[in-house]
Amino acid sequence: MVIKTASNIPSSEVTPENTYLNRRRFIELATGLAVIASSTSLLAQTKKGQYDTDEKQTPYKDVTTYNNFYEFGVDKDAPAINAKNFRTRPWTVSVEGLVKKPQIYPIDDLIKGLTIEDRIYRMRCVEGWSMVIPWQGFQLSALIKRLEPTPQAKYVEFQTLYAPDQLPEEKHQVLDWPYVEGLRMDEAMNPLAILAVGLYGKQPLPNQNGAPIRLVTPWKYGFKGIKSIARIRFVESQPVTAWMKAAPAEYGFYSNVNPAVDHPRWSQATERRIGEFFKRKTLPFNGYADQVASMYAGMDLRKNF
Amino acid sequence: MIKLRRSIKVFVFLACLAPVVWLLIAAATDNLSANPIKDITESTGIWTLRFLIITLCVTPLRKLTGWNEVIRYRRMLGLFAFFYGFLHFMTYVWLDQFFAFHDILLDVYKRPFITAGFTGFVAMVPLAITSTKKWIVRLGGRQWQRLHRLAYLSALAGVIHYLWLVKADIQRPVLYGMALSLLLGYRLFAMFPLRRDGLKQREIAA
Repeated sequence: MVIKTASNIPSSEVTPENTYLNRRRFIELATGLAVIASSTSLLAQTKKGQYDTDEKQTPYKDVTTYNNFYEFGVDKDAPAINAKNFRTRPWTVSVEGLVKKPQIYPIDDLIKGLTIEDRIYRMRCVEGWSMVIPWQGFQLSALIKRLEPTPQAKYVEFQTLYAPDQLPEEKHQVLDWPYVEGLRMDEAMNPLAILAVGLYGKQPLPNQNGAPIRLVTPWKYGFKGIKSIARIRFVESQPVTAWMKAAPAEYGFYSNVNPAVDHPRWSQATERRIGEFFKRKTLPFNGYADQVASMYAGMDLRKNF
Repeated sequence: MIKLRRSIKVFVFLACLAPVVWLLIAAATDNLSANPIKDITESTGIWTLRFLIITLCVTPLRKLTGWNEVIRYRRMLGLFAFFYGFLHFMTYVWLDQFFAFHDILLDVYKRPFITAGFTGFVAMVPLAITSTKKWIVRLGGRQWQRLHRLAYLSALAGVIHYLWLVKADIQRPVLYGMALSLLLGYRLFAMFPLRRDGLKQREIAA
């Protein structure tokens, strides 16, 4: 489902200060937002986007209280508690490497004008549980096109904000901080890959879900969805991700959901959908094979796990 | 005095039940996380290990402090370790795998962390069975004691089980490993008092 206008207006701009400075603009925005809000709910009832699943959505409470975000603690309930005061504005994203104009962007400038959509995706965690999450975000491909990487750029690397004063677990060596993830360029350009800025039809994203901006790649295990992105780097060689560094025998670069290739310590054949009692079979590429399998044609997925 | 002793024992018994009571209350009031089966698995698992460690503290505590009373609680604490271990095992068999015995056997065979956990649990079974006074008499104190050293194996298997199942957050399993090393190290040290004296004499001579 596509929302045509104005969702790129950051909530920080809709403040009394701005009202004071530019009242007319505020009124326009407010009307605009109201129109969008009503049309979203209307559309939500009627139209399902081509990438959306119509499976039962995981309750908002579960999506926002059961999180893996190690920077805020290793327990599932820790991020919701410890990320409460995480500052997500002002926020900058440093665009670096093989790109036309390396630059540090205030996040609102970076995403201004990009089409924000609702995307209802399955999310399969490498630990063996899964959710159905209605994200709100834009296609990563649109941003990449705007940034104009050079032809040498073969991979995109992402980094989470490194700020131990705000992300307390970065003081401890659980992983080699900052968290790093990466995609091959064709993966990054795949229409399924989005950068999410909202959840359940509204923005901003809750802090514990990776505010202000996070990656969502539904055909890969959840840990590929790097949160609170502060750096995007275009590179020629394959990035070494945080989990590859921590356990190279257990986590590969691709990390595509694959029931046929077990994690060395546990099975990946089944998963428990949050809210369900019985386990269900895990699907290749988490059920997105039609959209993504061709990218890996001819590759040995047992080696490229 | 006997009355007081008895009420202390009842109190300890109830305190040992607290984790499972808390779990039941949390489940009944919808205060578990989005993945309740995992919560139950983790809670019963960690309490198994805690009770094993607590049980292994009894003897060193008695010997180091001379507080002989404490031995009265060892059997109960050990049985609680088995109780939580049994709940943990049943959570896995019933709630997690739903009696899919083929998958369970495959898990025990293929997944080292489950092999370790299963070993730890199985090692506790004969200890629970022979925990009665009758069995002590039947086996004879020395044999019984020897058999009950399986508790060391069980705790060790428990720590390894924990260490092998976490992703990167090894801090907690390592802490339990350190506690266990201390407790087993103490026993090793206590086993060779002569050598220790020899060392001391040499130190004095030097």
